[in-house]
Amino acid sequence: MKRREFLTAGALAAGGALMSSRVTFAGMANGRKPRLVFVILRGALDGLAAVPACGDPGYAELRGDLAIGRPGTDGGALPLDGLFALHPSLSFMQQSYTARELIVFHAVASPYRDRSHFDGQNVLETGYPQPHAVETGWLNRALAAIPASLAPEKERGISIAPTAPLLMRGPAEVTSWSPSHLAPLDDQTLQRIADMYSRDPVLGQKLAEALAAEQIADQGAAGGAAGTASGANSSMMQGHADALDQAVPETSDASARSILSSGTNRRPLLAERGKPGAQYAEVIQAAARFLKQEDGPQVAVFDTTGWDTHFNEGGAKGQLAVRLAVLDAALGSLKAGLGPVWNDTAVLLATEFGRTVAENGTRGTDHGTATAAYLLGGAVKGGRVVADWPGLSPQKLYQARDLRPTLDLRSVMKGVLAEQLGVPQRALESSVFPGSGQVRPLTGLMRT
Amino acid sequence: MDNGLTAAIAANRFGLGARPGELAAIGGSAPDWVRAQLDGPAPEIASEGLQSSASTLVQIYDLRRTIRAARLGAAGGADGGNGGANAESAAAIGAFRKLPQLIRPIYLAEAGARFRESVSTNRPFVERLTQFWSNHFAVSADKSVLAALAGSYEREAIRPYVLGNFNDMLLATERHPAMLLYLDNQVSMGPDSRAARNIARRNPDRKTGINENLARETLELHTVGVDGGYTQTDVTAFSEVLTGWSIAGPAGWLSGARPGTFLFRAPMHEPGSKVVMGRSYPDSGYDEGVEVLHDLARRPATARFIATKLARHFIADDPPAPAVDRIAAAFSASGGDLPTVYRALIDSPEAWQQPAAKYKTPSDFIVSSFRGLQLPVRADKPPVGLFQLLGQRIWMPGSPAGWPDRSADWDGASGLLKRIEWADGVGQRVGPRRNAMELAPQMLGSGLSAATREAIAHAESAAQALVLLLASPEFMRR
Repeated sequence: MKRREFLTAGALAAGGALMSSRVTFAGMANGRKPRLVFVILRGALDGLAAVPACGDPGYAELRGDLAIGRPGTDGGALPLDGLFALHPSLSFMQQSYTARELIVFHAVASPYRDRSHFDGQNVLETGYPQPHAVETGWLNRALAAIPASLAPEKERGISIAPTAPLLMRGPAEVTSWSPSHLAPLDDQTLQRIADMYSRDPVLGQKLAEALAAEQIADQGAAGGAAGTASGANSSMMQGHADALDQAVPETSDASARSILSSGTNRRPLLAERGKPGAQYAEVIQAAARFLKQEDGPQVAVFDTTGWDTHFNEGGAKGQLAVRLAVLDAALGSLKAGLGPVWNDTAVLLATEFGRTVAENGTRGTDHGTATAAYLLGGAVKGGRVVADWPGLSPQKLYQARDLRPTLDLRSVMKGVLAEQLGVPQRALESSVFPGSGQVRPLTGLMRT
Repeated sequence: MDNGLTAAIAANRFGLGARPGELAAIGGSAPDWVRAQLDGPAPEIASEGLQSSASTLVQIYDLRRTIRAARLGAAGGADGGNGGANAESAAAIGAFRKLPQLIRPIYLAEAGARFRESVSTNRPFVERLTQFWSNHFAVSADKSVLAALAGSYEREAIRPYVLGNFNDMLLATERHPAMLLYLDNQVSMGPDSRAARNIARRNPDRKTGINENLARETLELHTVGVDGGYTQTDVTAFSEVLTGWSIAGPAGWLSGARPGTFLFRAPMHEPGSKVVMGRSYPDSGYDEGVEVLHDLARRPATARFIATKLARHFIADDPPAPAVDRIAAAFSASGGDLPTVYRALIDSPEAWQQPAAKYKTPSDFIVSSFRGLQLPVRADKPPVGLFQLLGQRIWMPGSPAGWPDRSADWDGASGLLKRIEWADGVGQRVGPRRNAMELAPQMLGSGLSAATREAIAHAESAAQALVLLLASPEFMRR
């Protein structure tokens, strides 16, 4: 039996006609199929490090040693507009800005106002104003709300992870993929397992989804270099803080080098492997293959961690600078991997909350409130910073410590979902972001 | 419920997966078999070749001194001429590369010892509880030097207290160097402390102050939980309470502490009384932190938080309220006596229901496969790559919240296919030497369904029969 036929049989046996429409789908009527990539930045990425407000006099004053120099100074930030700049590690993002493919949103926050990572991430992922309200994610519910005429695929989303993050769980059929070095099973054994799972709808469905994703990965790889796999963790940058400085407080600026080689069984992050982010090539290339497929998923999710910089955060150089460089390079290789599909793509990056404006007692920052979010891609009408800037003078801060939120992150998400994926307004307010009636979607985010 | 079923629940839900002969040994009263494992002192892990956290930290201090010396050499050489500078900086980099060489063998030895214990123990309930608590008080080996400390941390701060009192485990974990490093407390300094004032006098530009990470996570993740009734003001005050909780450096013996062990640095401690969650703590240095932890351990919110997590782990993702109430009441009434708490869990009828509601974590799946099939374990070569591949690297949850504990966190499509692919490899390797038809009832007891038995019986090869057993819906859950 050919694998495709098997897949259909297996899926049918599992009770879900998962694959049945896959082959016939021919894309959208106008030939353009919009894609959305969402990158979760877990750990509360410091928005004032990634997007320093160099033009605000309070910035250098409150940030102390962590402040990044103005554009044009040695090791200074990369220019955006008069007020804002980008961290020097974010060169691809700055090129995107210049090419009018990047919008930075600043002083943005989800409705969550306390400072727990885990509740903050729960709100970021569920899209509800309160944590732990539901067990499904806004992105999955948005997929479920897209009219079938706009997206006839059955599986509209993929998580680049062994298991979908909460953001992607819910009623819409989605799948997950992560690299494996294990040998594939013979179809006969697979068939017997699928038969065994016909009594178990959950496992049957999952197996069918996994095989469907595998098939897309294989198809895309045909003719090109099939990803030889390495078992690399799909999580793009799991925390890799600096090896020595943490152990003993009095170390100098070893962080940039020590981050490369601290001693777990993970491959070194940067130095010995050429350009930043090289080790994510397999994962990024696979994601690009999924998204390029005409009948493949429309939405992909990456999960990244390691942004919680309480200690030795660094400024233009240091721990966070290295991580940002890796992220920036990964975004660059995603663009390269997508080729012409980049023009139909929007990549949204968001974190659960920001960090304190002032440096803490250990050369880092503690949990805060507002931060920055990022939207880039060939489909984005970029080249601007969207911010109702609250200012950084002490009396302007939220609870005298954090950047004050002036933009609801849901405005960004709703705008992207409406303009990029065609999610109806009614669904955005009812099923996708309940209780967000007062939160107006931003408009004009995408090229038309 | 028949005995065969309760025995399978005891071995697979409370334990780590039935080994051949285990179900027969459980016999008539499965709850008694689980309860009896609580008798006697907590088992010690066979520790030949393992070293203490303090020894590891001293080795890291020594290596750091070497690196610093090599760097200084490099800097000095730069004045003298290029050839010398290159040689010196090569020495610095060479010394620097020794850090992973130091850390990795320690991590592997610890992971190997823990894995061997998981696969071979005949008190698997206690080992499951150990790993539950290790995950509750999680440090993650992907940060800093924690890969070299996570294993010894578990042996020093978790294992000895698993059959003791919660309060003692709480204190042991919060003051352990691994936790202090993981949550950045070792250099947190009171803004009005002697040390801070000295620094301000000598170097007004240097920033000093508190780091609130340990205080926040202790409240949110270790004791009362995020809804436990504390505010940012409480977090800040508790951070001040914990200032000075640090680690003795290479010259720690000067202050009376062995290098690499806990050291209360009085000069860094914020003076004055503090109010945490409505209770005032007069200035008493180190004892302030001990008292706050003691009070937190006795709060009803802590009892409820722990009871909910235990019930979620052993019963269902959304645990039934009566079971949570019963366990929380036992926690409060006994003042956190953990065996009493565990007995309340064992006595909960909800924990003995079928069908199994918990999807196995990757770790559960791997360990129960090794136990059930008696796969060979080499303590010097633990299957860390397998844990990574299936998505649960040993001691690397990546966050202080530890690994999540709901089915939806683990039952992903890609993860399932990888389990099956790995099982296929196992089948091909050991299939000819195992009899899946005999093993299936030994591993699953009367939980084995007729359909799965049928599928195994009709497998085309011994190898395929083993794959079907490991991939079966019954074996994927506990």
